[in-house]
Amino acid sequence: MATPPLPSSTSTTTSVLSTASSLADSLFQRSLDDLIKSLRSDPSSEPSIISRALSEIQREIRSSDPLTKSIALQKLTYLSSLHFHPMSFAAFHTLELLPSLSPQTKRLAYLAASLSFHPSTTDLLPLATHQLHKDLTSLSNPSSSPFLPSLALHLLSLASSADLSSHLAPDLVPLLSRSSPLQPKAVAATYRVLSLCPSTVPVLFKPLVDCLSSDNPLTVSAAVGAFCELSAAPNDPAPYLPLAPEIYRVLVNSRSNWTLIKALKIFSRLVPLEPRLGSRIVEPICKFLCESQAKSLVLECIKTVVTCLHTHTEAMRLAIDKIKELLSSDDDPNLRYLGLQTLGMLAPGHLWALEESREVVAQSLTDPDRSICHEALRVMMAMTLQENSIENCTLLVRQAAKSDPEFANEILDSVLSLCSKDFYELVVDFDWYVSLLGKMVRIVHCTKGDEISRQLVDIGLRVRDVRPELVRVARELLIDPSLLGNHFLYNVLSAAAWISGEYVEFSKDPMELVEALLQPRTSLLPTSARAVYIQSVFKVLTFSCNSYIDENSSLLNDTIIARMLSLIEMTVGPLAESEEAEVEDRVMNLLGVVRLVANIKDLSGDKDKDGMIYEVVRAMYDLFSDEMGPVSANAQKKISVPEDLDLKENLDDLSEFMSDNDTTMSRSNPSILFYPQSRNTSEEVEVGPSRVAESTSLEEHRKRHGLYYLSADKESAEPELTKDYPRVNETLPPSNGDTARRVKVTKPRPTVVKLDEGEDLAASSSLSTKVEVAKDDTLSGAIKEVLLGRKGNGASSGFDASSSSQGKGKDKVKGKEIKSKKSEDGESKDRHKGRRKHKHKKETMPPVSVAQETPVIQDFLL
Amino acid sequence: MIRFILLQNRQGKTRLAKYYVPLEDSEKHKVEYEVHRLVVNRDPKFTNFVEFRTHKVIYRRYAGLFFSMCVDITDNELAYLECIHLFVEILDHFFSNVCELDLVFNFHKVYLILDEFILAGELQETSKRAIIERMGELENIYFRAMRFAIVILHLVSKI
Repeated sequence: MATPPLPSSTSTTTSVLSTASSLADSLFQRSLDDLIKSLRSDPSSEPSIISRALSEIQREIRSSDPLTKSIALQKLTYLSSLHFHPMSFAAFHTLELLPSLSPQTKRLAYLAASLSFHPSTTDLLPLATHQLHKDLTSLSNPSSSPFLPSLALHLLSLASSADLSSHLAPDLVPLLSRSSPLQPKAVAATYRVLSLCPSTVPVLFKPLVDCLSSDNPLTVSAAVGAFCELSAAPNDPAPYLPLAPEIYRVLVNSRSNWTLIKALKIFSRLVPLEPRLGSRIVEPICKFLCESQAKSLVLECIKTVVTCLHTHTEAMRLAIDKIKELLSSDDDPNLRYLGLQTLGMLAPGHLWALEESREVVAQSLTDPDRSICHEALRVMMAMTLQENSIENCTLLVRQAAKSDPEFANEILDSVLSLCSKDFYELVVDFDWYVSLLGKMVRIVHCTKGDEISRQLVDIGLRVRDVRPELVRVARELLIDPSLLGNHFLYNVLSAAAWISGEYVEFSKDPMELVEALLQPRTSLLPTSARAVYIQSVFKVLTFSCNSYIDENSSLLNDTIIARMLSLIEMTVGPLAESEEAEVEDRVMNLLGVVRLVANIKDLSGDKDKDGMIYEVVRAMYDLFSDEMGPVSANAQKKISVPEDLDLKENLDDLSEFMSDNDTTMSRSNPSILFYPQSRNTSEEVEVGPSRVAESTSLEEHRKRHGLYYLSADKESAEPELTKDYPRVNETLPPSNGDTARRVKVTKPRPTVVKLDEGEDLAASSSLSTKVEVAKDDTLSGAIKEVLLGRKGNGASSGFDASSSSQGKGKDKVKGKEIKSKKSEDGESKDRHKGRRKHKHKKETMPPVSVAQETPVIQDFLL
Repeated sequence: MIRFILLQNRQGKTRLAKYYVPLEDSEKHKVEYEVHRLVVNRDPKFTNFVEFRTHKVIYRRYAGLFFSMCVDITDNELAYLECIHLFVEILDHFFSNVCELDLVFNFHKVYLILDEFILAGELQETSKRAIIERMGELENIYFRAMRFAIVILHLVSKI
């Protein structure tokens, strides 16, 4: 990079001389102290002082005198970092001051640069390349201060871009290799450079690894820290496996707790890849657990043991003892919090340990500190199994009733998601669960109405045996007038209404239901809920009429039926004038039937089974008595269009009527039959317009009753639309046949039925993981090739790889193939020094390279 | 890795802000406001660790100042608590019974101290003695020149 023209060289003496000429300016230049004092003296006029100062600064910073400039820059830095004024206009001036010989000015310039430069906002950064280069290599010049490079290192690590890093990477190498106080800093800057720009790996990696074995403990610590960050998620820790022996040595020899913590972190990432490492590090870890005084180190040991050393029982036992100690420290909330956190980590494998600490966890739920409550909730979630689900969930819901709104909703959320996972796998006693859902609705701050209503309907559809209980809960919700005003709950209420309509045969008192569904306060409900209410009334009415005729119910005598009919007519009548089309539609249907059966009580005693009223009632009852399951949203797609069906025909007529407003279509175009529920669509098998009607009415229906459709994102495997129902009995759910777990259950768990799903979940998830595995990151690839090349031939293959990779490193599109080819290169050079044929081998690299690494470690470990 | 360090007083004014990850100015403002709100409402008896977006903030209150450090989720909290304490001890030693005003007027020196023992988000030096020694040397280099220039200025102005 060409050096930009900079102002003449400056030293302290010349600046003093030139001060004479700019004396006037300097005398009146306010220093930083003055600025701060003026800001503090009058807080109310702060904006005006700041704007005045900014205009002064803008004037001063353009002067040619470096001292003035630097003081201006200092003031600007202050204003920028603490009062958020953008200082990008000063970027060029900052760069001008960077090369100044006076350490003070230089330092100010670097400070300003590191605080304000940003690869995305400053294009001028490349102009500083030469200066940074000079500063980084200034150690070779004996007259310059030994601390200059540290300034440059700071700037490099904070504000550099990938380009800058790749240019300056070679300058870092000498700093890394000589043991100076700067070495740890160089290591830290190196880590940043490496993560920004993987093409520098061949140049920088080897010196970095050498730092691991340096004499200076600070360097070692910095190097371990660098590797810890490099191997952190989301990066791939696999390339760092060959370094395991050296890090182990650090683990055993180092005295500094910081270093040990970092080394343990690296091991916790490497052990899952190479289990034999686990047996090596168990001893030092147990030693630390028993002897160390530092709580931070003990904590890190516990975390490492719990995450990756499951099979070593001794270590696990020690760790669990320590966790219990942490949990029981009453005076220090930090330790208790950490104890809960690590307890939660034990979850899948060692639930017995969590059970033992149940008391503490339950108590922590009531802690005033929100963080502790969260952790306790998480632990509770983790330790809930089928056996203790009832206990835990009851406890949690009770706690939710007592907590503040946010936490209560969080508890409800986790309970709902936990219990509904895998088709309600955890729930054994559905009666209890359904009543729990009812209780949740009553909690004052509950905002989870949507999820609760979804689950109520879902359970109703899947679990036959619980329907009586469900109807009971729904009845309680419907009767209560106070719930009608709560706008979070209208979803739940419409679900309750739907349930009581659908399963009315289980209810004890249909009249009560009708009264509840028609109470005056229902006018507070939104239209969609009201529509559901009215439809439920319809269903209850047909059921009642039918039972009245059959005379098989003691509750439904003449007076009651008459009352029901008159009540309906009275309350629903006015709604016939409603502006909402859906409500009006259903009301008309209902009123129509009511008027038809108005004289039903004349039938009592009359055994005339052929009368019109009788027929109407029977027909209506049959209509509602078939149980229909929900239809998958993709069901229509599954049907292949028959060849003689021409869907395009006749559609031109429709286009006149097509508009955004659904309701106009249903009223104005009589050729499209529209039923409130898709009951009769299964019966229609005519081809042509009615087929069109069927598909559009299906969509309409789906739009309006989206709540009751199963959301199917994935394609379903079955070819048939309406025949899915019989199939339901064949597919058995994953209900527990595992008798070993059912110790306390008094009645068998009802079967939970799977409806119209059968999506291949397995295939879709495997697809996504394949995509992730295919995405290789260039950094780990570059490191792999360096390490493998290094172990073989040493210098030569490393440099060859570096010269060619530096050219191609930036080309990430082809990166994967080139990487594997290059690592093949390195490896083939290891094995067959002369032969070049293997360069063009197919990509079978990854499994082979992993196999290569194991013998490498074995040599060192054994 | 440390993502940023903030020193804020009870009223929310930032006394020091050092970021180790690139952030826009407006984002910085938002972050500082959020961290302050998070931290100032907590009771002294609560834990010193709070979750913040997808990271953690480890904070401690010394007199009227909140020292907050934002670190990754997987980091060891107790170790960073020690780190904060080390920083405060060094400030105390350097400014002799430091108070908030010292930090306000000498903000560039505070940055110097901070840079000395944390680089690129990683803790470099854990020995208090070593840092203080180094600071002494640096102070001589950086601030002697300044003092010299100011002295000359005053002399010249008196002529």
